[in-house]
Amino acid sequence: MFIGGIFFGFGLAFGGMSKQEIVLSFLQLKDLGLLLLLGGSALVTALTINIVPKVLKKPILGGVFKKRTRTLTKRTIIGAIIFGVGWGISGLCPGSAMASLGIGNLPALIGIAGMFLGAYVMGRYFT
Amino acid sequence: MFPLGFFPYIIGGILIGVGVSFIYIVTGLHATQSSFFDTTISFFSKRPYFLQKQYLDSRGWRITFAVGVILGAFIYTITLAAEGFFTTSVEWWRLAIGGFLVGFGTRLSKGCTSGHGISGLASLSTTSLFAVLTFITVGILTALVIQSLGVFP
Repeated sequence: MFIGGIFFGFGLAFGGMSKQEIVLSFLQLKDLGLLLLLGGSALVTALTINIVPKVLKKPILGGVFKKRTRTLTKRTIIGAIIFGVGWGISGLCPGSAMASLGIGNLPALIGIAGMFLGAYVMGRYFT
Repeated sequence: MFPLGFFPYIIGGILIGVGVSFIYIVTGLHATQSSFFDTTISFFSKRPYFLQKQYLDSRGWRITFAVGVILGAFIYTITLAAEGFFTTSVEWWRLAIGGFLVGFGTRLSKGCTSGHGISGLASLSTTSLFAVLTFITVGILTALVIQSLGVFP
């Protein structure tokens, strides 16, 4: 977990996504590079998820290869709309906000506090 | 379209994919981000929603993972970042309001740029594909509106 997290955070910082200015320049259609970052990470992960379970019987530390299952509901789309508005306002998403702390960007803490509050309000009043 | 070139984006994306892949091969788990908020709230809230089994089971490793993400970005900054540490010029109110909506929206949608965008698309999930198309489209529209109002960056 820890080692994987280090790769994840290093990659986010290397790819610039930990800077809100770069995320906003993507959303303002000035620099489409983040599509390459998303595509590259999804492609590598897709190869792993779809091939490794056919080669290995179980994960190295035991357990099972979990399938990620999500059912498409109104909540999926309404949530994605609300997330998109927040992303466009702030340039922050959950992973990039964490990585932002690692590049010394302390104002990201305001965003993370907001995310905790938003997640709490969702879980407390909308479930 | 690509003023900073392709290189940092492609390498960054591959490194993220390697991190998620490593965790999947070793543990069989999908290393995603936004559930971290719910699972961490489970330490403090007695609400049944936050105390569901999958949150209690994963709340430990999600913290380890988050610390790894922060440390990974820190290692990049002290080794390769030419400009050193960084502080955003996005105003605090945008981070606060945007952060709130990101927390609410990702938990309602059950996924974020990482959960739907990386692990969901990699799992060939049409649900995640619709979610990704939605939040990218809405994110672009929102950012363009904000910019047209004269708010920068």
